[in-house]
Amino acid sequence: MKTAFLNAQLVCPVVGATAGNLLVDGETIAATGDFEIPADAQRIDLAGKTLAPALIDLGVFSVDKAACRAGGIARVGLMPDQSPVLDDPGIVRRAALSGKPALWVHPLAAATRGLEGNDLGEMAINASAGARAVATGRRWIASSGTMRKLLAYARDCALVVVVHPEDSGLTEGAVATEGETATRHGLPAAPAIAEALAVARDLMLAEETQARIHFRQVTTAAAFDLIRAAKRRGVAVTCGITPAHLLLSDIAISDFRTYARLSPPLRDEGDRQAALAAVKDGTIDVIASGHDPRGPEAKRLPFTDAEPGMSGAETLLALSLGLVRDRLIPIERLFALLAANPAKVLGLASGTLAPGSPADLIVLDPGAPWQIEAERMVARAGNTPFDRLPVQGKVLALYKGGTLID
Amino acid sequence: MHASDHSPAAQLPGRAAFPHRHLTGIAGLQPHEIVFLLDEAEQWVEVNRSRAKSDKRLEGLTQINAFFENSTRTLLSFEIAGKRLGADVVNMHAAQSSVKKGETLIDTAVTLNAMRADVIVIRHMSSGAVDLIAQKVDCPVLNAGDGWHEHPTQALLDALTIRRRRGSVAGQRVVICGDILHSRVARSNMLALTALAAEVRVVAPSTLMPAAIERMYVQPFTDFDAALEGADVVMMLRVQNERMAGGYIPSTREFHMRYGLTPERLARARPDALVMHPGPMNRGVEIESSVADHPTRSAITEQVEMGVAVRMACLDVLTRAERGVEGWA
Repeated sequence: MKTAFLNAQLVCPVVGATAGNLLVDGETIAATGDFEIPADAQRIDLAGKTLAPALIDLGVFSVDKAACRAGGIARVGLMPDQSPVLDDPGIVRRAALSGKPALWVHPLAAATRGLEGNDLGEMAINASAGARAVATGRRWIASSGTMRKLLAYARDCALVVVVHPEDSGLTEGAVATEGETATRHGLPAAPAIAEALAVARDLMLAEETQARIHFRQVTTAAAFDLIRAAKRRGVAVTCGITPAHLLLSDIAISDFRTYARLSPPLRDEGDRQAALAAVKDGTIDVIASGHDPRGPEAKRLPFTDAEPGMSGAETLLALSLGLVRDRLIPIERLFALLAANPAKVLGLASGTLAPGSPADLIVLDPGAPWQIEAERMVARAGNTPFDRLPVQGKVLALYKGGTLID
Repeated sequence: MHASDHSPAAQLPGRAAFPHRHLTGIAGLQPHEIVFLLDEAEQWVEVNRSRAKSDKRLEGLTQINAFFENSTRTLLSFEIAGKRLGADVVNMHAAQSSVKKGETLIDTAVTLNAMRADVIVIRHMSSGAVDLIAQKVDCPVLNAGDGWHEHPTQALLDALTIRRRRGSVAGQRVVICGDILHSRVARSNMLALTALAAEVRVVAPSTLMPAAIERMYVQPFTDFDAALEGADVVMMLRVQNERMAGGYIPSTREFHMRYGLTPERLARARPDALVMHPGPMNRGVEIESSVADHPTRSAITEQVEMGVAVRMACLDVLTRAERGVEGWA
């Protein structure tokens, strides 16, 4: 079964943005650009619409097929913070199969048993069951001794370690970043340097153990500086961020808006600007949704009692496209952040339009306007801090392995 | 004749003088709205000093005091305020109720609403909890303290005390000393006093000073003695015992050495400076008895008296719309 997409605006993180055609043969991309259209191919005229790699959302907390379909996401890296925790091969294998065929779930196994931060997880066994990386979960590993062993062991297993970098000694009990907003609202807050402190330690340990480390969300200027310098030294480090931390500052939590309660918390405007600069200069490798749908039982509470997290899968692309419209980065680079780079972190041969790679594709109208509405989201819950924001960019079709996902 | 008879609020008719449904904080109030509440409270000071203290204007209305955090003084003050206005006052000690059985705050709010309360007074240990309840009920909500956030009636009674004793709040140098970080009293007072053009200094060890506090238009000090120079009002805050365990301060005696209000220290302030404390006091920790009980300079019992008057004014003003008072409906 062959499909030829014609008259597309092709966006490939490797090749760039070009006008042309793309041929899918079975489950893989067979050719792009100028090729002879096989007579038996089904022809789909895209009439100038964009054809790009489907998104790979690194570090979601929920397998939410509807939200991923709406957001143009074909693969997710699933955080180990599940019930039960992803620290056993049976559980990992079940998670890996939980989204197929529409959504491929790549489990991130618990780096420590039960995510308790003490004993090493069975990394090799879990990798053989389908885990693509190991992760510390929502928390940082407080013990430097444990973290060093964990990184060294993960390196032996050739697994990247996905880290949540916030020094728990500083963030204990905190629900916001220290600053005027937290002060005015009387909210327990932690200084922004809690992140850089954690990043500094983990970078040194990763450098020493030669482990691959991925900071799932980095959000402060001081931490970007550390990562930028480490990359220059050749440390195997990558990092990510969410659209919320790129587009909102801590002012968004004003009036105790629990939908803006995130982990790490929203930062001040200076750090937000630093995050945009870090996207532009390549310090940030990945933009992810941090998808964490939470219902009213977790969010319709006083701010300090509410759970952190946002529902982000279906808004990830539209919010990120703003970076292109603002001319911060070109669209092919955005798809590196949303598809090619997360694929690399997870060791997947995916996320580009290169012939031979899986035909995980989206058809996109990057200019189509719509409005984010918390109440009408298809995700498990509509806890978005972007309620009622007008955005642009609609996914018109999503293909996983050449098959149209309804 | 009171200076505030010439305030803009006095010129505004009815609801325009105070167009708020709830009183969840001082933040969001205009200076003239604060002055309006203080002016309204004056009459109740007089009534409370007379023999017959009852007024029937809230007759038939139900006031629920829902206290999710233990309190004696504030609860009593709100209860007396409601009763003197003729309301049926019901106290709900939520600290020992179904809330402990896992009922969410929203469910509790909906329950109170279904009981047709006409005004709800809430104290809660979480910042923002009162705002949350206010969104879910059909009657006015009065914040009696939420977490570290706000305690608006305390700030109003403090402002009233200062205004009556010093003639005006504007231009007064007010020093607030103690655990600023965890204090809703400090936050509401910073907002109210700066809105009324006082010069506010806040004093605390750095461990108990909130970040970016200068953005609230106050001057931070770690040196109490320096802050006291030229002070018109010295407002001490209660230091909680759990702050020692949290590593914020080493001991009560060390706190007393650096931040206790002693007669010697008070001598740095103006000779007629007023001493205030929201209570309950830790005598010998943040304040010495001779200062707390000073016959002319301590305004601490007067604060308690003003508390009832201010709360009567707030209950009256917030229920005017539902009582159909002319110009307020």
